[in-house]
Amino acid sequence: MAVNTPADLKYAATDEWLRLEGDTATIGVSDFAQEQLNDIVFVELPEVGKTVSKGEAFGVVESVKAAADLNAPISGTVIEVNTALQDTPELINSDPFGDGWIARLKVTDASGADDLMNAEAYKAYCATR
Amino acid sequence: MTAPGKKTEPLIYEISVTGREGVKMPDCDVPETPLPDELIREEVGLPEVSELQAVRHFVNLSQLNHGIDTGFYPLGSCTMKYNPKVNEDVARLPGFAFLHPLTDDEGAQGALALMHQLQEWLAEISGFTAVSLQPAAGAQGELAGILMIRKYHLDRGDSERKTILIPNSAHGTNPATAAMAGMTVIELPSDDKGNVDLEALRAACAGDNAPTIAGMMITVPSTLGLFDSNILEINRIVHEAGGLMYMDGANMNSLLGIVKPGELGFDVMHYNLHKTFSTPHGGGGPGCGAVGVSETLKPFLPGPIVTIVEDTNDLEDAPLYGLHMPEKSIGRLKAFHGNFGMHNRAYAYIRTYGGDGLREVSRHAVLNANYVRVNLADDYHIPYNRYCAHEFVMEGHFEGVEGVHALDISKRLMDYGIHPPTNYFPLIVHEALLIEPTETEDKATLDEFISAMRKIAEEAKTNPELLTEAPHITPVKRLDEVRAAKQLVLCCRPEFLTAAAQAEG
Amino acid sequence: MSYIPHTDIERQQMLAAVGAPTIEDLFEAVPSSHRFPALDMPGPLSEMEVLAELQSLAEANEHAGDYALFRGAGAYHHYIPSAVNHMLLRGEFYTAYTPYQPEVSQGTLQAIFEYQSMMVQLTGMDAANASHYDGATSLAEAVTVALEVSRHKRTKIVLSPYIHPQYRAVTRTYHQGNDLDFVGDDQARSAAELADLLDDNTAMVAVAYPNFLGQIEDFSALAEKVHSAGALLVVVANPMALALFKSPAAFGADIVVGEGQPLGIPLSFGGPYLGYFACREAYVRKIAGRIVGETVDKDGKRAYVMTLRPREQDIRREKASSNICTNQGLMALAATVYMSLMGKHGLRKAAELCYHKAHYAAKEIAGLPGYEVDESHPFFNEFVVKCPRSVSQINDRLIERGIIGGYDLGRDYAELSNYMLVCVTEMNPRDEIDALVEILKEVGA
Repeated sequence: MAVNTPADLKYAATDEWLRLEGDTATIGVSDFAQEQLNDIVFVELPEVGKTVSKGEAFGVVESVKAAADLNAPISGTVIEVNTALQDTPELINSDPFGDGWIARLKVTDASGADDLMNAEAYKAYCATR
Repeated sequence: MTAPGKKTEPLIYEISVTGREGVKMPDCDVPETPLPDELIREEVGLPEVSELQAVRHFVNLSQLNHGIDTGFYPLGSCTMKYNPKVNEDVARLPGFAFLHPLTDDEGAQGALALMHQLQEWLAEISGFTAVSLQPAAGAQGELAGILMIRKYHLDRGDSERKTILIPNSAHGTNPATAAMAGMTVIELPSDDKGNVDLEALRAACAGDNAPTIAGMMITVPSTLGLFDSNILEINRIVHEAGGLMYMDGANMNSLLGIVKPGELGFDVMHYNLHKTFSTPHGGGGPGCGAVGVSETLKPFLPGPIVTIVEDTNDLEDAPLYGLHMPEKSIGRLKAFHGNFGMHNRAYAYIRTYGGDGLREVSRHAVLNANYVRVNLADDYHIPYNRYCAHEFVMEGHFEGVEGVHALDISKRLMDYGIHPPTNYFPLIVHEALLIEPTETEDKATLDEFISAMRKIAEEAKTNPELLTEAPHITPVKRLDEVRAAKQLVLCCRPEFLTAAAQAEG
Repeated sequence: MSYIPHTDIERQQMLAAVGAPTIEDLFEAVPSSHRFPALDMPGPLSEMEVLAELQSLAEANEHAGDYALFRGAGAYHHYIPSAVNHMLLRGEFYTAYTPYQPEVSQGTLQAIFEYQSMMVQLTGMDAANASHYDGATSLAEAVTVALEVSRHKRTKIVLSPYIHPQYRAVTRTYHQGNDLDFVGDDQARSAAELADLLDDNTAMVAVAYPNFLGQIEDFSALAEKVHSAGALLVVVANPMALALFKSPAAFGADIVVGEGQPLGIPLSFGGPYLGYFACREAYVRKIAGRIVGETVDKDGKRAYVMTLRPREQDIRREKASSNICTNQGLMALAATVYMSLMGKHGLRKAAELCYHKAHYAAKEIAGLPGYEVDESHPFFNEFVVKCPRSVSQINDRLIERGIIGGYDLGRDYAELSNYMLVCVTEMNPRDEIDALVEILKEVGA
């Protein structure tokens, strides 16, 4: 299976991606994850203002047959969520790295991203599964 | 099984006609009292149909279903055995059906005697000290069990024991129950024989972990349909760490008179009366998840349970029975005394077989499963191909055939008039199909099933579309489940139906 | 033997195929030290004998077939049209399991969809699930939903003391591992006094309609306060009363739960019953248990399927909010058939009969010396009578005359000893009510 893994992103083992711009992190789930989940029918978005620690579940992505937690790949405070997903959760299927983004965090410690995988490592990781 | 081309049925609201009346109620025979207008509603949007319309509607609906009465139903882990008709009559005897739950104990001696006897029989069958009939279903029995384990530790001042060990082959209810009771779950891997990985278990219970272990939940025989030959050792390890052992009794249909879980060292177990003792499944409930416990947990049982209040020396006289809340009970799990309508059916079932007859139930359930297993071993991959218990698991895919999955085999079976096995469970087997024939099926039915399964294996290779497009002859074909989940339509709105009808009219 | 069809020859053929000399050999993995224990139980009986034994146990009970029944307190004796039972006895319904395979389960699925639709109408809510075990466990599940709605930030649950005592007990049993604070039912409290307990840690307030004392009350004022505190209002309602009285939606309920037994389900000594659960649209995705939705099959034909499944235990395992895996399928079917047969007019008529007969009985009893009837609130089919003697003494006299009297409220409320909760339904003809009044008069003298 050919999975898309944009090179400018970092990836968590739990299949979230992260784009760090200054102290703002945009988060979504990877192409591999949306393929595995199949048709996404509902996204439980995190609350704006919520503080999350790295690894904490702060949302849920649901398909017909599965529900996957959205785990914070980095610690921070939620500053924005993608409300378009409420009516069109399928954006995660069609454009996981673009219009299918889920949340933006104000990051407390950017070094938290250091141990995330780069595109190459993540691609290799997906291939093992 | 439904006949080819059977039509679907309109909604009851769609055959409703304004002003039509169904059942007539008697006239009021007392002086009427004015209604408090400010609290009264205008009307309720219920259907308006004649009795015949309603009867046809529900008979037609029934014919869209597959039930045990219509065909073979080898749904693994659910024990879809024959539901004796006389048990339905028993539950409907006026002395049971019209008995108010808050009748004084003296006025309910027949019902209490029945419940007491059922408690005793269930205890004898499983080797436990005491039984509560409170839980309404297996999942509630599990909750009762874990809450008892929790309270037992707390009662001893042992407040750090919050970990429940659960094998990765377990039913999803096990971890969900543990979480519901405020426990933390540690999942244990299985070894290549399908048994619990003993090394992993030892590690989870070793050293500093030991004082955190509340207990372990395990299904016997396992959800793979296998007796874990290390079961005594598993019980020993967990007990040594100070934990208690919970047995999920979902698969009790292979253990009647074969082994008593209480004697293997288990502290608590739930029964599924709707499986093992054939109180029917009812299209998904009601059930009964009675729990049995060892002496250790007896004071913690959910209540009330039935006890003998006043014994008698005279053999002619029955003792006086009463409802009793155990001393340190975790409390009530439902209002009143459990699903009594399941208790009386289970009583009738057990009484019909007697002790030795129950052993025959399990012997034949196991014989049937093994007979099907050996006959499918050439056509399907059976990952743990040894003597199985009352069910076995196989893989629903074929080498060299891309795109045919367990689900496709299941759907194709419907075209042969057979209900599919359990799909995709247990999770540890790839493309799992869990098959449980039960003891009430005769050899000819099993042979038909085997022959259908072999044909399907052949079709998968020669004409896979027959499977991937199946079912072909059911009232409806495969459903758009994405649409169901995205565009939620969870009820029909008669107010809109009426408007639509008027617009058309 | 009984329901096992095997002949000796078939057994031999099957064992030969399996390659086992005897059936016993199939159990080699069971520890030999514990294999094949004796079961100390009586021998088998024929169907005829079993039925006779159970008939004698059944007849040892004082039941509403033989006695005039004036007891309710959470379980009600209503007329069940004959056709209900005939439909429940269709093997296609009662010998099926949870409709995991929708292509061969449309009967069960559509019936549940119709049930959900009818419960939406009765409660005025936006959605209803396929049911829980009983009214008590529905309330316990409502607590779980309220906690989820507050994202587990709130831990206080306010319960009216006039919710069925056993429902409150069950709710506490369910949540004993969850560090919650249950308050409100430790003493007599009006709706206004319940509102005084609201704070920013309160997840929900639950009240009953009618309450355990039979009283009907408009909760609009309470609802307003509950909502302004950011909590949910949960109403435990008798569905038969909802055929006559305003729906809880009309005064602002967020979740309506209750016991569906009055809708065509016999008393059966307390079960199986039917826990219904309905809520506003905002909480639909938090509902535990089964729920059926409409969709189409691949030919575009309308069809029904269990939906919102990913939240359930078999998929989410320890992350599921509840461990529930079945509903009360057959009981939901009973309620659906019952509501269809009774229909819009029949159910209203039954509810009105209950109302008029209960009020007739209340007036007659109020006129007896030594008795007082609580008329502080409107009531439906149950009312509280203060008695001149203990309720058990009165009930002992009643039972001798073929009447099962009211429920002794002193069992649950210390301040209500000598208070009897009397229930009257359409099943009590006038002469039964008159007989009750006559005996009460004698006992009171």
